[in-house]
Amino acid sequence: MAEVQMYKRTPVEQDLHIRRAKETMRGQVLMFSLMIFMTLASFTFVVAYQQGVEGFSQYLVIPVLFLFAAVQVGLQLYYFMHMKDKGHGVPQMFMFTGAVFGFLIPLTFVTIVWW
Amino acid sequence: MSSVAQKRSFGAAFWDWMTTVDHKKIGILYLIGGGFFFVLGGIEAMIIRLQLLKPNNDLVSAGLFNDLITMHGTTMIFLAAMPILFGFMNYIMPLQIGARDVAFPFINSLGFWMFFFGGLFLNISWLVGQVPDAGWTSYASLSLASTGHGIDFYAIGLQIAGGGTLMAGINFLVTIINMRAPGMTYMRMPLFTWTTFVASAMILFAFPPLTVGLFFLTFDRMFNGNFFDHTMGGNTIIWEHIFWIFGHPEVYILILPAFGIFSEIFTIFSRKRLFGYPAMVFATVLIGFLGFMVWAHHMFTVGLGPTANAIFAVATMAIAVPTGVKIFNWLLTIWGGSITVTTPMLYALGFIPSFVMGGVTGVMQGAAPLDYQLHDSYFIVAHFHYVIVGGVVLAILGGLHLYWPKMFGTMLNETLGKITFIFFFVGFHCTFLIQHWLGFWGMPRRVWTYMDGQGWNTANMISSIGALLMAIGVIVLVINIIMTVAKNQRVGNDPWHDGRTLEWAIPSPPPFYNFTTTPLVRGLDSVWIEKSEGNMTGLTPAEPVSDIHMPNGSIIPFLMTFGMFVAGFGAMYHQETSWGLPVLIFGLAWTFVAMSARSLQDDLGFHVTKEEIQRDIDNARKGGQF
Repeated sequence: MAEVQMYKRTPVEQDLHIRRAKETMRGQVLMFSLMIFMTLASFTFVVAYQQGVEGFSQYLVIPVLFLFAAVQVGLQLYYFMHMKDKGHGVPQMFMFTGAVFGFLIPLTFVTIVWW
Repeated sequence: MSSVAQKRSFGAAFWDWMTTVDHKKIGILYLIGGGFFFVLGGIEAMIIRLQLLKPNNDLVSAGLFNDLITMHGTTMIFLAAMPILFGFMNYIMPLQIGARDVAFPFINSLGFWMFFFGGLFLNISWLVGQVPDAGWTSYASLSLASTGHGIDFYAIGLQIAGGGTLMAGINFLVTIINMRAPGMTYMRMPLFTWTTFVASAMILFAFPPLTVGLFFLTFDRMFNGNFFDHTMGGNTIIWEHIFWIFGHPEVYILILPAFGIFSEIFTIFSRKRLFGYPAMVFATVLIGFLGFMVWAHHMFTVGLGPTANAIFAVATMAIAVPTGVKIFNWLLTIWGGSITVTTPMLYALGFIPSFVMGGVTGVMQGAAPLDYQLHDSYFIVAHFHYVIVGGVVLAILGGLHLYWPKMFGTMLNETLGKITFIFFFVGFHCTFLIQHWLGFWGMPRRVWTYMDGQGWNTANMISSIGALLMAIGVIVLVINIIMTVAKNQRVGNDPWHDGRTLEWAIPSPPPFYNFTTTPLVRGLDSVWIEKSEGNMTGLTPAEPVSDIHMPNGSIIPFLMTFGMFVAGFGAMYHQETSWGLPVLIFGLAWTFVAMSARSLQDDLGFHVTKEEIQRDIDNARKGGQF
């Protein structure tokens, strides 16, 4: 439409808006700290492995790194790229379909197909 | 049709078509472009059949025969069937969901020009005299050994055309997700829109592998790469995998829109709601998903091993289930309906037995042990022509008759239409049915001639006669089109009288903004519902008449693609000539300049004012044309 419409929020709406914004911000900061923590933890794991600390074998470190990486990708997508919010159902479906194809096809190659 | 009819010079009209971003005009451009390549591919097919008419024939040389079969397959799949279906999708799908255009009109235009220039690039190989000759699958061991620039034309031409396809697919997806009219929920979308949606999603996932594969091939042939060269540590089989990971979804990308067109035809001419609509939607989605899980059935004889062959055989046969669901639903849609056998309906009725035959032979090949016998024989040729001609081409011809009045406002002659159908249908079965037996009798595919006394002479003769009948059918169609255009008898909104979906409630052809007001959709087969409740316009407006925002036309898509076209020649000749590399760089720079021009330009489109729309509405009430 050509003309711009101005809309003034009622005090209640404004209040709700501010509260929601605060909650979102809290979530973002929380997740950001968590991700920083996981990054630091990952580096620590690798250093501990390199220093030969008892118990930090590669069979522990590598799976944990992968796990942390997966969690970080999830957090990135859901919190910072807003996939947890409403209206992201279709993109989610397409991304997961793509992920399934991207996983299944290479899996076929490494397991049953000669090439 | 503009709201104000006016005489325009040829130059103005030409410029209008070159710069158009209107989905309806781009749809028509796709149909014209695809139609041109369809005729070209058809001529190649006729020469193939003439060569095989009798044993020891020497009409064409062995090399030329390889060129012909390669270009016939490539042209028909990439440059004829897909663009023509895109033409229908472009024209009809936005109308069916009550939208004013596709989501990205500029990209839509870019997609068309990329298809056009890609196709042109591929076919310039005929003029250069170095033609792709490794089959439409272009298996790497053959294509790397091929001398001359033939395969280079294939790799670059398809790269450009494939980019256009990917753009079109994404565009359709965004359009369907975001631009449905109020009330048009997913489960109220007409089946043609649904199949467009699923086919576009398949394009989204299937074309990137093709792009990667073609780039590998381009690097191997033109830039000293070794992806497929086993002597340098490459792997020639990997091309087959990449090609078929794309290629199998590709055949479903072709057939799904065809299914959509037939679903529309069956409901309109049986005057019944589509039987089992939710099952139809589910089957469509399932076919789309399973289509990615079966690529290796094209490679059973490569030696993947029994485990892989067994798994892919089972997956292949599983696809017969949702396809069967669709077939039965169509039959039950006709069952008890008030049937009118018009030309489109004839195509739809002819499609069912033809496609089932193609499907059954498909399951036969899906059985891996039997495939070892059938592989590379004429049985395979018969099978895929049964699904593609018996499915896709019948849908294209049926859809052309069905939607011609909507697109051009005139009706194709029904009698000539039926004559076309009879010639084409009889010719089709005559050509390809006997080829199943030719396969059983041991005739390999892709041979340029055969010797006398192997019992193949009569069968090949019959097959060639059938091809001639198909050609006659197409010629009758062309005559029909010319006559219809010359007569120019205008028709109303719903020339078939039983249109069920939104496109039949607006003028033929629709005004450039499609809907004067966005319609409100209250169920599946919206127009049918409105009419059965006494609203003979077929539309309930969802909003008052208001200004409509429309995009401006642009020549930039044409220029952008032209740069890629030029760059293609540079890439091809950069090894043996000194001008190749500069041309390659110049072409790419040209494209980037065009892209920047688009990015920097602040084009906000224009508004059709309320008054203009109201004038159109009043004019239409008085019986005038839009």
